[in-house]
Amino acid sequence: MLSSTSPRRNRRFVAASAGIASLALVLGACGSGDEPADEETAAEEGGSTDEEITLTVATFNNFGYTDELLAQYTEEHPNVTVEHVTAAQAEDARTNLSTKLAAGGEGLADIEAVEVDWLAEFMQYPELFAEMPAIDGRWVDWKVEQATTQDGKLIGYGTDIGPEAICYRSDLLEAAGLPSEREEVAEWIGGDGATWESYFDAGKEYVEATGNAWFDGAVATYQGMINQVEAAYEDPSTGEPKDLASNTEVQDLYNQVVTASVDDELSAGLEQWGDDWSAGFQNDAFATMLCPAWMTGPIEQNAGGVEGWDVADVFPGGGGNWGGSFLTVPASGENVEAAQELADWLTSPEIQTQAFVEAGTFPSQVDAQESEEVQSFTNDFMSGAPVGSIFSSRAQAIDGAVYKGPNYFAIHQEVQNGLNRVDLNGEDPEASWETTLSSVNELGL
Amino acid sequence: MALLSPTKPAHARGGTDRPPRRVGFSQRLGRLDVKVSPYLYISPFFLLFAVVGLFPLAYTAVVSVYEWNLLGGQGEFVGMQNYIDVLGQPTFWKSVVNTFSIFLFSSVPQVIMAITIAALLDQNLRAATFWRMGVLVPFIVAPVAISMIFGRLFADQYGFINELLGIIGVDPVAWHGDRLASHFAIATMVNYRWTGYNTLIFLAAMQAVPRDLYEAAVIDGAGRVRQFFSVTVPQIRATVIFVVITSTVGGMQIFDEVRMYDAGGLGGPDRDWMTTVVYLYDVAWGNQKNFGRAAAVAWLLFLIIVAVGMVNFLMTQRIATAGPKGAKVSRRHTKRLMAEARAAAARGETPTPSATPGGAPGIQPGSPPPPPSIPPTSSTGSPDTNHGEDAR
Repeated sequence: MLSSTSPRRNRRFVAASAGIASLALVLGACGSGDEPADEETAAEEGGSTDEEITLTVATFNNFGYTDELLAQYTEEHPNVTVEHVTAAQAEDARTNLSTKLAAGGEGLADIEAVEVDWLAEFMQYPELFAEMPAIDGRWVDWKVEQATTQDGKLIGYGTDIGPEAICYRSDLLEAAGLPSEREEVAEWIGGDGATWESYFDAGKEYVEATGNAWFDGAVATYQGMINQVEAAYEDPSTGEPKDLASNTEVQDLYNQVVTASVDDELSAGLEQWGDDWSAGFQNDAFATMLCPAWMTGPIEQNAGGVEGWDVADVFPGGGGNWGGSFLTVPASGENVEAAQELADWLTSPEIQTQAFVEAGTFPSQVDAQESEEVQSFTNDFMSGAPVGSIFSSRAQAIDGAVYKGPNYFAIHQEVQNGLNRVDLNGEDPEASWETTLSSVNELGL
Repeated sequence: MALLSPTKPAHARGGTDRPPRRVGFSQRLGRLDVKVSPYLYISPFFLLFAVVGLFPLAYTAVVSVYEWNLLGGQGEFVGMQNYIDVLGQPTFWKSVVNTFSIFLFSSVPQVIMAITIAALLDQNLRAATFWRMGVLVPFIVAPVAISMIFGRLFADQYGFINELLGIIGVDPVAWHGDRLASHFAIATMVNYRWTGYNTLIFLAAMQAVPRDLYEAAVIDGAGRVRQFFSVTVPQIRATVIFVVITSTVGGMQIFDEVRMYDAGGLGGPDRDWMTTVVYLYDVAWGNQKNFGRAAAVAWLLFLIIVAVGMVNFLMTQRIATAGPKGAKVSRRHTKRLMAEARAAAARGETPTPSATPGGAPGIQPGSPPPPPSIPPTSSTGSPDTNHGEDAR
């Protein structure tokens, strides 16, 4: 019955599949390829120094480069207009930079800011960046080393560094009957000889007294620990990643922070920069957090209206540097020399001092660190703490830069995922470590 | 046609023997116009499609057989190795499962809700335009904004929804910890955004359903629900297929919502809500920076979408034709009256006859020629006439 319909049906089936395939194509095409054309990078004109040019500076978060500050440059160089493009997060800037470098440099700013954690990725391709003229003695030595390739090419000028201290809530500590004055807290956490154990021990006292969490999250704390490891995931001599499964140094830190976070209940289980984390500031979710100089900005943003934040001049395990950035000049730019001049100016001690006052980004320039303006700077939100001198003292405790190779960021992210699985989702620590190992293998580094 | 065709070649042959008629230039131009211009008119789409659709697709295929780094560029030819690598990565499979799970959580309720709301809006409402525009409001909100708002709602510790659950004494749900819960939360965002859009498409289709069909149904004593299932749904079947396929394609490509759902934007520490598109993004621009593998993922995703689209197509066709089967007919004598009334009503307009293959078997012997546009409503419901339908 109705046998005559079957070929027709077949044909329709074919037609339908063709239709679906082309529909999928069209809609698929709609979904991709709409990269926002957000940057109006000008700078068409080239060449001589008197010509009217526009230079674009691309940064992220808050570098403290205000419009007024950039206008100063135009005053000194009337032919140069400076435009400033800001990405909300360092991660966005990283994606933007790598995508556009991949596209042959089209649409890049004249000056691109690069964070130290992913600087090494780009240093694999030094030819993509213009070599910066050396400026002796401007920066602390290790800052320059970070941006210098093995054959001695400097690809970026340092802006800020992230010397770490401990930020804490004096009101919460006081309510718990624990030391709450800046010096007392520093001493209680361990003073000059503070270790991670002493920091966690102080935390146990707090947790016992209040039942609330001591620090925000395991990953944030681990970040402070890994930044003190000389060569965390990679071999400095070859740049090759170490085998994570046999990397006991990393695994020990992992176990230590997991024990403190979960077994001792020191962690509030919050993922940094997440919605819960932001809300946690308003809900007294934790009493302390690791605090690189630039972190005072986000704390103020999230904890607006909360009184009692303060900074203690102490850090477990000696000094530590978290973050800090560089200004690079992509080699494909139209006005490489003019851009280098601007980068030189932007990273000068005077300007970086102004940026520090504006945004709390601690200068990497020796002269700026020693300047009266930085030394005497206090932060009203942080209960008037002398953050200038505190972070200077913390900066002096930094021995030097730790090695972060091209694969640092990738491996680090997997370890962070492992910690989050335990800290946020309550997964078994060992199972989570196994997952991390297999994820790192998947990367095929 | 069959009778005429044998004579045609003879006629044409005769034509060649005759001296060629002089054809004026304008006439030749006119013929060219008739033959070529239709293609010119439709060519912009195809040209555009070739540039932004076909070329990227082909180029992606080329990339997928090379080692290709985001910054380093083209490397060695590796053949199928990228595909093998991708298929060997557990994260890929996890992302596929996530995609399907989120897709089911979003598309299925979405289509059902949209068609229901459209049916309501199709009634005589006061301020109909207001309501109709109202359902589209979520659609004009930027997805990222939606994601940020829902991110606050679905936060684990201080989220609004968990607070509400706490008030009625339910334990907080780990929206970012539990895999299924996270899928539900993301699907909610997708539904919020797309339901209104699909509603309007359904509504437009419903408005095109001839009103006399409803009148006939009312005369036959069909209630609102019965009218909906027996008249509305079969009549808008082509639209249902369209919506289901577009929402499938969209559902397979969920990106923004996942990207904004947490701080990392890559599907959480355990990749619990990483969709395949986000996986593709991560492979290409994330830590692997591997365009070759990402291109392989893109092609695999394309094949998956086509396969799912086919399944969808077959299913929607079955649903639409089989729908009336569930509706049992109790009053046999009204049935024939209804069929005749429909036939008379539909003789006028016959939209898309090929879309309703089930129409034919319903007509009993002796009744007037099958009106192809008639949906297989209650008249096809009697078991004796349904064998042909079932056999297929």
